[in-house]
Amino acid sequence: MTFRKYLVLAAVTVFGATGDSLLSRGMKDAGNISLHQLPDLILTILNPWVLAGILFLLGFFAAYMIALSWADLTYVLPATSLGYVLLALIAKFLLHEQVTATRWLGIILISVGVGFVTRGPALTHHPPLRQPEDYDAEPVSTRAEL
Amino acid sequence: MKQIYTWGAVAAIVLASTIGDVLLSRAMKQVGDVGELWRTHGLLAVVGRTLHNVNFVLGILAMTVAFYSLLIGLSWGDVSLVAPASASLTFVATAVAAKIFLHERVDPHRWMAALLVAGGVALLAA
Repeated sequence: MTFRKYLVLAAVTVFGATGDSLLSRGMKDAGNISLHQLPDLILTILNPWVLAGILFLLGFFAAYMIALSWADLTYVLPATSLGYVLLALIAKFLLHEQVTATRWLGIILISVGVGFVTRGPALTHHPPLRQPEDYDAEPVSTRAEL
Repeated sequence: MKQIYTWGAVAAIVLASTIGDVLLSRAMKQVGDVGELWRTHGLLAVVGRTLHNVNFVLGILAMTVAFYSLLIGLSWGDVSLVAPASASLTFVATAVAAKIFLHERVDPHRWMAALLVAGGVALLAA
């Protein structure tokens, strides 16, 4: 696990939370969308908040794909969980949503759980970034070009 | 009524993004370490190899469904509820799916975390 790889995981976290928040801000402008007005959804792309949110989520996606190329799915998802905390902070201070005490507790519990899983393998010297022995995908070196 | 809509959207997000996550993870394992590939073959090779992967294309389709479910869900509910709820439930569903379909080693630490996350989600909904 190099510093650069931690940076990639950090990018997944920050871009994800920022993108979601921007989308939320934009979709509040759009108001409630009912299921029989789905075409209206296309027009919401024109909202600058939504557009910025999509750009951030593209950055999130690129970082996510890079991380998945060298890490387990069950490692990457928890490793980037601090995004929930970031999201709650953004929701409270920038979007002025009501984040109740119960919700805070839920967010903390999630963070503890996912922090737990991320630490576990590192402490027990199971390099989380290597595939387990029984991983049956072809090694990269023998893989045919697609 | 609005709550039922919100949770329906959450369910759609969880299902679609679990399928998408598994497909994308499989695709990127087939592509190989992006950092190394970038150094040895250049960025174009990375992008080309990724875009030509069938699992990647299918994964994107599933993620598109999840994304539009999220957009709809966000117009009905708070971002601090919809986003963590769907993401955390996806985490639990993905742990199961990754074990079954990707043969990842989901050790007791990871299962334990899944339980904690599930508890957290229950609190978010309360």
